[in-house]
Amino acid sequence: MLSRVADHIYWMNRYIERAENYARFMDVNFNLSLDLQPDEAAQWKPLVVTTGDWPIYERLHKTVDKGKVIHFLGFDAKNGNSIHNCIINARENARAIRPEITKEVWEQINYLYYFVKEGTEKKRWERNDPRNYFIEIKKGCQMLYGIFDSTISKSEGWHFGKIGQLMERADKTSRVLDVKYHMLLPESAKIGSPFDLIQWSALLKSVSAYDMYRKKYGKLTALGICEFLIFDKHFPRSILNCLIGVDRSLMAIADQEKPYRSKVEKHLGLLRAQLEYSDINEVFELGIHEFLDAIQSKLNDVSESLFKTYFSVAESYTSPTPLITKNYQ
Amino acid sequence: MPKLNLSNYDTANFLDEMVDEKGQIRTSYTLFRERIEKMGWKKLNFLQHSTDRAQLSLGMTFNVYSDNQGLERILHLDIIPRIIAGDEWDLLEKGLKQRIIALNLFIADIYGEQKVLKDKIIPKELVLSSATYLKECIGLKPPKNIWCHITGSDLIKGDDNQFYVLEDNLRCPSGVSYMLENREILKRTFPEVFEKLKVRPVNNYAHNLRDMLESLSPQSEATIAVMTPGAYNSAYFEHAYLAQQIGAELVEGRDLVVKDDFVYMITTKGLKRVHVIYRRVDDEFIDPLVFNKKSLLGTPGLFKAYKKGNVVLVNAPGTGVADDKAVYAYIPRIIKYYLGEEAILDNVKTYICAEEDDRKYVLENIDQLVVKQTDASGGYGMLIGPKATKAEHEEFKVKIKANPRNYIAQPMINLSRVPTLTEDEIQGRHVDLRPYILYGDDIKITPGALTRVALKKGSIVVNSSQGGGSKDTWVLD
Repeated sequence: MLSRVADHIYWMNRYIERAENYARFMDVNFNLSLDLQPDEAAQWKPLVVTTGDWPIYERLHKTVDKGKVIHFLGFDAKNGNSIHNCIINARENARAIRPEITKEVWEQINYLYYFVKEGTEKKRWERNDPRNYFIEIKKGCQMLYGIFDSTISKSEGWHFGKIGQLMERADKTSRVLDVKYHMLLPESAKIGSPFDLIQWSALLKSVSAYDMYRKKYGKLTALGICEFLIFDKHFPRSILNCLIGVDRSLMAIADQEKPYRSKVEKHLGLLRAQLEYSDINEVFELGIHEFLDAIQSKLNDVSESLFKTYFSVAESYTSPTPLITKNYQ
Repeated sequence: MPKLNLSNYDTANFLDEMVDEKGQIRTSYTLFRERIEKMGWKKLNFLQHSTDRAQLSLGMTFNVYSDNQGLERILHLDIIPRIIAGDEWDLLEKGLKQRIIALNLFIADIYGEQKVLKDKIIPKELVLSSATYLKECIGLKPPKNIWCHITGSDLIKGDDNQFYVLEDNLRCPSGVSYMLENREILKRTFPEVFEKLKVRPVNNYAHNLRDMLESLSPQSEATIAVMTPGAYNSAYFEHAYLAQQIGAELVEGRDLVVKDDFVYMITTKGLKRVHVIYRRVDDEFIDPLVFNKKSLLGTPGLFKAYKKGNVVLVNAPGTGVADDKAVYAYIPRIIKYYLGEEAILDNVKTYICAEEDDRKYVLENIDQLVVKQTDASGGYGMLIGPKATKAEHEEFKVKIKANPRNYIAQPMINLSRVPTLTEDEIQGRHVDLRPYILYGDDIKITPGALTRVALKKGSIVVNSSQGGGSKDTWVLD
């Protein structure tokens, strides 16, 4: 498949996954804020930190409140990662590879596109309760995952898409855990208080993990939750499960003739092995923040080597002039 | 519920394709008219709205050139079909075949022996001064000696109920995706009447296109690519659509690389040879080493690979020379010269400003004429004399005098009208017709077309960039 096409599929799925995550975060955080004391800044700032968009937020706003954060993460064109921009970017990527995806996939992306465009035009952030809006986006993205899996042949393109989706998912799970853990457990004494239960439940819900966690562990504990979100082999949003999926797709794409593994496979394999041969006690010994930080940086290495191995093949054949087609008349 | 009232349907001063001079409904429209009258206004409106939604969801959108904001519009599809009788179409088809054979011979001759110039059928200077004449193409021998594989001629119907060719569009004619998608939508809109009328199907187009492209390569399993300027091009929807329909790779210039005069695509597994390129990038931009040096849309070395016969370009570069609006005037003579036949389809009378008598006539009668720039298309660079102001007349007179080769003029033709849905009733609107011709081992013309309609009352400009919409075209058996 064309390198450019592989790149677009990867990003199309990454943006959709990002939009879905953001939509879920917003819904969960809104629910949470109803249960807690009205300290808006304390409730909404961590959300912006989780997404990694805090530096941009700081530049745009002096204070943190519910309305500003909802607008910033959901609608703001100035925030490259806002749901609005994620959906637009996903569609731009889809448009560029229209013949590679099915009519069904295209129509669903297009539906989301018109939905967020309308949402922005009608200023949905001004509603007292914007949850339905975000739930609709979440569902729209989830439906897209289903359509993608049930209409696209599981060949190269599908696998590049899967890698994009799972890399994004692993990244978001690790960030949520990192930020929330930090907030919730500055000291171990508070574990078990009613206040904590609400927050820990919210953490699980923000990665759709509450039901599956309860089924496996029963009792909510900090250790159990961290273990589940990092090491669980079967939960679709645990970091390890995402990496296993990425590995499977990389194997499917790889040139079977070559006796050695490509750089991206090596990076991913090392990261996966590190998780598989570790356990939650080791993580706590090292410090959970340090551990998650290292994971993030290794995820970045994987992305970078994926780009070099498959997407930027062009650079070895052509001159690296930037290509601008936008102003063509 | 307001009833649909067609008794006020105005046919004054123009040929109407539904109602004849005596006020009688033409046979081809009888059944359809009965159906919509029964249907009523509310239902028709509902169907029109569903159509708009269907187009958006399919992504049948185009970017407007002057608009870099990524603003997309749909090409409005009016749900009332244009209906053409079978015998009328058969004659049209015969005429188009004759014309395309002659034009292809003409292009081959111009880049070959130039007999047509030596025999003084058409002035040498006129052809060789055309901006679309590419001297780089001299001596080219395209496979099967076919230059214009894909054509979408523009035709209009005048007061005399005859079709005239207005433009031949031998370069990268667009719109065929609308012919195909409009049909899909209309089949849902009027299923019963569609079935009863025995409308000829258009869906063989994609198969025929694929077969034609494959036939041009000696390779048994040729790799075919559709080359697009990119997602911001106004016709991008069509490029993507066609690539998908014929199972070709959709590539941009930057996805291709030329090595040792062979063309390859850059894939995740290295380079892969490409054999046939249906390029939707204009001649000028396909190869910065040969044509426009600033082009970022093309692939360096592509033209040389083509010249060596290592890749097929569709259409061949250089076909634009037969598309020049001044050359157009000579086409009846060109047909006679190569085929020894009279032209079946007429041209619109054309005055060539480069010729003294014609120029004099044009300057004196500019308020009666439509003046066109010879190398422009898309409705740009045009003056509609009877509708323009005095100042505009003067402005064009200056332009014509300064560069006569650049202009031609034609009498204003009363384009025929076809019933069209407006805000509160059905009114006649002016239309043209763009059928699609494929030229491979044989010539295939799809029985259907893109009908473009000027949506504004009284307007005769049907271009999508200037307020035009489209209609499905039903050719009856």
